[in-house]
Amino acid sequence: MASGVKPRVKVPKKAAAGEAITIKTLISHQMESGQRKDDDGNAIPRSIINRFVCDFNGENVIDVKMEPAISTNPYFEFEAIVPEEGEFKFTWYDDDGSVYEETKAIAIG
Amino acid sequence: MKRLAKMAGVGALIAMGMSAQADPVDDTLILNDETDIVTRTAAPAHLSDRFDEILSGWLFRGDETRIMQADDFDNPGMIFVEQALEAWETADGTEGKSCSSCHNDIESMAGVKATYPKWNEAAGEVRTLQMQVNDCRTNRMGAEAWKYDKGDAINMEAALASVSRGLPVNVAIDGPAQSTWEQGRELYYTRTGQLELSCANCHEDNFGRMIRADHLSQGQINGFPVYRLKNTKLNGSHSRFKGCIRDTRAETYAPGSPEFVALELYVASRGNGLSVEGPSVRN
Repeated sequence: MASGVKPRVKVPKKAAAGEAITIKTLISHQMESGQRKDDDGNAIPRSIINRFVCDFNGENVIDVKMEPAISTNPYFEFEAIVPEEGEFKFTWYDDDGSVYEETKAIAIG
Repeated sequence: MKRLAKMAGVGALIAMGMSAQADPVDDTLILNDETDIVTRTAAPAHLSDRFDEILSGWLFRGDETRIMQADDFDNPGMIFVEQALEAWETADGTEGKSCSSCHNDIESMAGVKATYPKWNEAAGEVRTLQMQVNDCRTNRMGAEAWKYDKGDAINMEAALASVSRGLPVNVAIDGPAQSTWEQGRELYYTRTGQLELSCANCHEDNFGRMIRADHLSQGQINGFPVYRLKNTKLNGSHSRFKGCIRDTRAETYAPGSPEFVALELYVASRGNGLSVEGPSVRN
């Protein structure tokens, strides 16, 4: 598992039904592209997060395929419509097989 | 005809953009919609013959970079602050103490960063915040000193800065600190390297103009440590000094050296009155 990986998510605590809310996510990650070389000239192996998914109550909101050109600590900001109270689930998939998860509940009001 | 007029308008705009000086932008910084940050204010008395107004480097950055700093979630520097907050609570060294064992919550350190570098009576020297942190680590915690401007040390400096954000920089330049401050001023105005440039040649005589493709600021350090987009980590003021002096094609001093401590005190004093901003976001 890559070191120092920590997901962060910012979701409003509540929203009006049917309102589009802004969600911000950031995960600290090296995002080693595989193109760089170390001091001895050896290639540093690729180690990135290759997929990011956000679901709301089991329904997919966004599904992102990520490539090595994406820089360190990838940040996503997107909007989602909240029809009912429930839970956002965020999942990041690492090249090394690690899966990082975070959930945020949102109320209607 | 209308279309032609429009195009002429665009042409004029481009021409203006090309010829206009890279002046500081007219913008105000409010952190997380709650903390007002002073990014321009009257110059301190010792600088009044040089500047009318002192300006934070934030005013010399692009829209996207400025916005990034305005929200802690968007500011990548806060990732490193979070790491330091873990270190704050973690016992280290032979005494089994953490920072919080003595200082409790890090919020209790609000205002500390604003007064550093600062004279230490017991040690008989001016100390930077990192030196003081290492004093705690070696003498009180029985832990190893952190390397100057490196990961752990700069992250902790940023955490300490973060709880002082919004408070005015207020370093003392008189009394026992005066001789160090004068040494720093001497360094500031000393031309170095094959290019024979002093700090003042760029940051005093030419701020607001372009240096190659970049905007020259006043070289204020109220935003340090800074998260730089170019190397995606926190950078200390001493490392910045080193980079600038290297760019004059000179042999530089080392981060943590007495020369840079003096220079940090002097440069910090040039920003007395600006808000502490660290960790700020810069190019």
